[in-house]
Amino acid sequence: MERKRPKTDVVVVGLGWSGSLMAEELTRAGLNVVAIDRGGWIDTSTHTPPAVDPDELRWAIRKELFSPPRDNTVTFRNRAEQTAVPLRDFGIFELGGGVGGAGFHWAGMGWRFSPWAFEIRSKTIERYGRAKAQDDEMQLQDWGITYAELEPFYDRWERIAGISGQAGNIQGQIQPGGNPFEGPRTRDYPTPKLKTLRMMEIFNNATEKMGLHPFTIPCANLSQPYVNPLGVTMGACSYCGFCLGFGCGNFSKSSPQACIFPALMRRSNFSVITKSCVTKVNKAADGKTVTGVTFVNEHGDTIEQPADIVCLTAFQVDNTRILLNSQISEVYNARTGTGTVGRNFTFQTVSGTDLWFEAETINPFIGAGALGSQIDDYNSDNFDHSNLGFIGGAGMLTLSRDGMPIAKASALPPGTPRWGSGFKKGYAKYYQNYGVIFNQGCSMPVKAATLDLDPTYRDKYGVPLLRVTYDYAQSDRNMAKFTMDRAVEIAREMGASHVSPFNFGDKPFTAGIVASDHVIGGTPMGSDPTTSTVNPLLQSWDAHNLFVVGASVFPMNDGYNPTGTVGALAIRTARAIHETYVKHPGSLVEG
Amino acid sequence: MPRWMKITSFIVFVAAIGAGGWSWKKLNTARSDVADDKVVLADITSPDPEAVKRGEYVMRTADCAACHTADKGVFAGAYRISTPFGDLLSSNITPDRESGIGKMTARDFFNAVRQGQGSKGLLYPAMPFTAYAKLTDQDMQDLWAYMATVKPVANKVDENAGMPFPFNVRLVMAGWDVLFFDNSGFSAENHLSALESRGKYLVDAGGHCSACHSPRNSLGAEIDSAYLQGGRLGDWYAPDLTSSPHAGLGARSAAEITEYLKTGEAGPVATGPMAEAIEHSLQYMTDEDLQAIATYLKSLPAATDEKPPMIAATTPAMQRGALRYEVNCAACHGVAGEGMGGMTAAFAGNHTLQSDDATNLIHVMLVGGRAASTHAKITGAGMPSFAWKMDDRQIAETLDYIRNSWGNSAAPVEAAEVGRLRESLRAQSPLPQH
Repeated sequence: MERKRPKTDVVVVGLGWSGSLMAEELTRAGLNVVAIDRGGWIDTSTHTPPAVDPDELRWAIRKELFSPPRDNTVTFRNRAEQTAVPLRDFGIFELGGGVGGAGFHWAGMGWRFSPWAFEIRSKTIERYGRAKAQDDEMQLQDWGITYAELEPFYDRWERIAGISGQAGNIQGQIQPGGNPFEGPRTRDYPTPKLKTLRMMEIFNNATEKMGLHPFTIPCANLSQPYVNPLGVTMGACSYCGFCLGFGCGNFSKSSPQACIFPALMRRSNFSVITKSCVTKVNKAADGKTVTGVTFVNEHGDTIEQPADIVCLTAFQVDNTRILLNSQISEVYNARTGTGTVGRNFTFQTVSGTDLWFEAETINPFIGAGALGSQIDDYNSDNFDHSNLGFIGGAGMLTLSRDGMPIAKASALPPGTPRWGSGFKKGYAKYYQNYGVIFNQGCSMPVKAATLDLDPTYRDKYGVPLLRVTYDYAQSDRNMAKFTMDRAVEIAREMGASHVSPFNFGDKPFTAGIVASDHVIGGTPMGSDPTTSTVNPLLQSWDAHNLFVVGASVFPMNDGYNPTGTVGALAIRTARAIHETYVKHPGSLVEG
Repeated sequence: MPRWMKITSFIVFVAAIGAGGWSWKKLNTARSDVADDKVVLADITSPDPEAVKRGEYVMRTADCAACHTADKGVFAGAYRISTPFGDLLSSNITPDRESGIGKMTARDFFNAVRQGQGSKGLLYPAMPFTAYAKLTDQDMQDLWAYMATVKPVANKVDENAGMPFPFNVRLVMAGWDVLFFDNSGFSAENHLSALESRGKYLVDAGGHCSACHSPRNSLGAEIDSAYLQGGRLGDWYAPDLTSSPHAGLGARSAAEITEYLKTGEAGPVATGPMAEAIEHSLQYMTDEDLQAIATYLKSLPAATDEKPPMIAATTPAMQRGALRYEVNCAACHGVAGEGMGGMTAAFAGNHTLQSDDATNLIHVMLVGGRAASTHAKITGAGMPSFAWKMDDRQIAETLDYIRNSWGNSAAPVEAAEVGRLRESLRAQSPLPQH
């Protein structure tokens, strides 16, 4: 059955962080917004209240809040000469299964990217010369905006999410106890940092002794009750540790549900259509604009939603796939370097070390999803790369996240029996003595990486699956090795009896193992239409009433979690739409 | 009410009708003569904008939308009201000529709202005309002007189809009116200040607070001698609003009461029917009017000075309750019952939860609840249901802990009472426990 809905001012495709932040801005400005989400309705008090057990098997292992592979997968290969095949189990694409997207089940690290990342090509050439930036493999490009331009929107997102942290740089003044390497902030975080737990204490003492600069990770797990600028109240984290993969029961983990929906859902000019999957954006006859989107609802009906403005705010892979399926902009060709859709897919290059003590009392069951200590001494361009075979770095962190009893049963030092009384004894001991140093490494875009439509495999709607062709840049592999070695030094300084390093960068990239779940790119932003799909205000170069918002626009990945940057970009674009675009529809940026 | 009682009631009604001389005054509609009897609502095209504005405010204070709105649009009626006598649907009060009140004149409207005499016959007291009888002529004229601006919606409602015989005979209400209806208007009382008097007008006329907060007799009439001392309303309890120091408003300042009425939270958090009253009505009232209400309520003498003895924390049941509280409740309500940021109820020092009647607490434990969402405090946090997780005894023990900790003291909650509400609310049974 084909149907057409009444036209709306704006259609938002995907009601996660990007979609709900944009819908909030746009409806507050008086525009009518219809959001379409593939998932069903989910909220805290109905679906994940404290009355529902935070069952590790149900939520963390069977991933009940995640979009399952049958609804959401990709085909994958490392190189163009290979044949890509579908990923048939959960992997690195950890999309949410309901409204709120991954923003409902995420752990909650509330980072900003470094100022260096936004100008990666210019800054690399400036400091190290052209050869370092152009090694024939990497495809570095600036974002078309600077950190300073994005700063007010980072600030706004942090206020909406209520991020708990301690500033390290307020307007250029380095603040004791914060991250001295962070970009300058207008003001401190809206809520104070969380408590320093035992593993963080050990890490802080060791790194300080080594002359490094530990600080508490900014958390979307709130340290105290808070009312955000939308008037929504949040609670204080109880350190239960059931965050990543879980919904927060007491309103203390920031999410679209906890921070935005109470305001948004009560606006008469907002509506959401759930359990409905957008398959394409419809082009206008003039070829310069789009007319709306087409979606399939839960009954299998194909329905058109006309709109003056279309905002793709889905997860990175979906934004890219919808755009490819809509045939709006030219597809990226890795051989010729032409086209932009599918360009600059990257991941994160992760290394680090597991470590164990002999007589500690870590009490890992006290934790919060994002809580930990980090050093940025080896992140971004915070150290001299002149004599190193790479650019970028990793946020090196230790976690006081959780004490999940099933997962922790695998976190035993090499040689510990895996069954019987020896296992029980070992597990009882090392549950209280296990730690990790996790290097959340950047990933540089490579020319050979592509996202395109798979020629063979299709989803249940008949739309081709997205085909991922990717492997790490050599620069990233070198970076991962370098930071792994630093992690081992820190672990030794911490007094660990067992140190067992790991490095995902010394193997081929795989979509099947969750080294990280921070995938980016595919519809990169930039100020050059020949290398970017959207302009610096995330407006399509080819259809001025189409905006693509989310991590798919990142041209590279920094050594931090992406959500803060996704949020800031979404707010910035929504402002540009209601302050400028609706008054003067047309390109907001000269190409 | 048992069947025999219903029939007896019916006989009482009819007997009352027989006492014709008596009924003359109660059913007399002379007060409505001040209203126009020529122009019907649907023909009013340009009412005075100032009167419309004032009338909208009267509508808010009287909370008409709450009961006259279901799924067909604002004021289109068909909202279901369950009474001990059967189910009623509210009428369509939009200016639609056929299914609404479009053919009423102002005088017809005055007769319906203040006298309980509608276009289809006598009204049931589910419509609080017993309170609206106290609305002033001016407020009624303004309300009438406002009603003319409402968008007509065609929605035919058979209001009393859900009432069994004899209660589906509207004439029965004549007897009820004779017995219980006082159609004299509002009169100021000398001992009240101007502010208190305004408060009393808002409480007694539009606000119809006593409709829930006064107990009712077996014939569904409010018991005047227990005015605002707390009433049971279906599966909810409307607490004592007098100055009773323990479970009433005695320990609450007028400022706290005002805050609660405006925002839905002031330590206690409104849920259930009170959340609706705040969302639809009270939050729209001016600060002066809310202060007037608070000041008037504070002037009411305490219904009781009694304070039940505190249950000792050392009993095994209380210790089980404490553990269950820490595991299930403390994440949102705080380890010391302090609540969380005004979003979830504080228990320490919360007087409404120390009433003898623990219905509201049992209710939200069994089926959950949602806090009021107001312009000032929009979050509307949800309380989950624990029906599946705790049996009747466990719920009773947990509530005893909440009602007897942090300085609170209240009568024990009976597991049997939890069981009764579990049944009437059709709440889930607890999972088998080992």
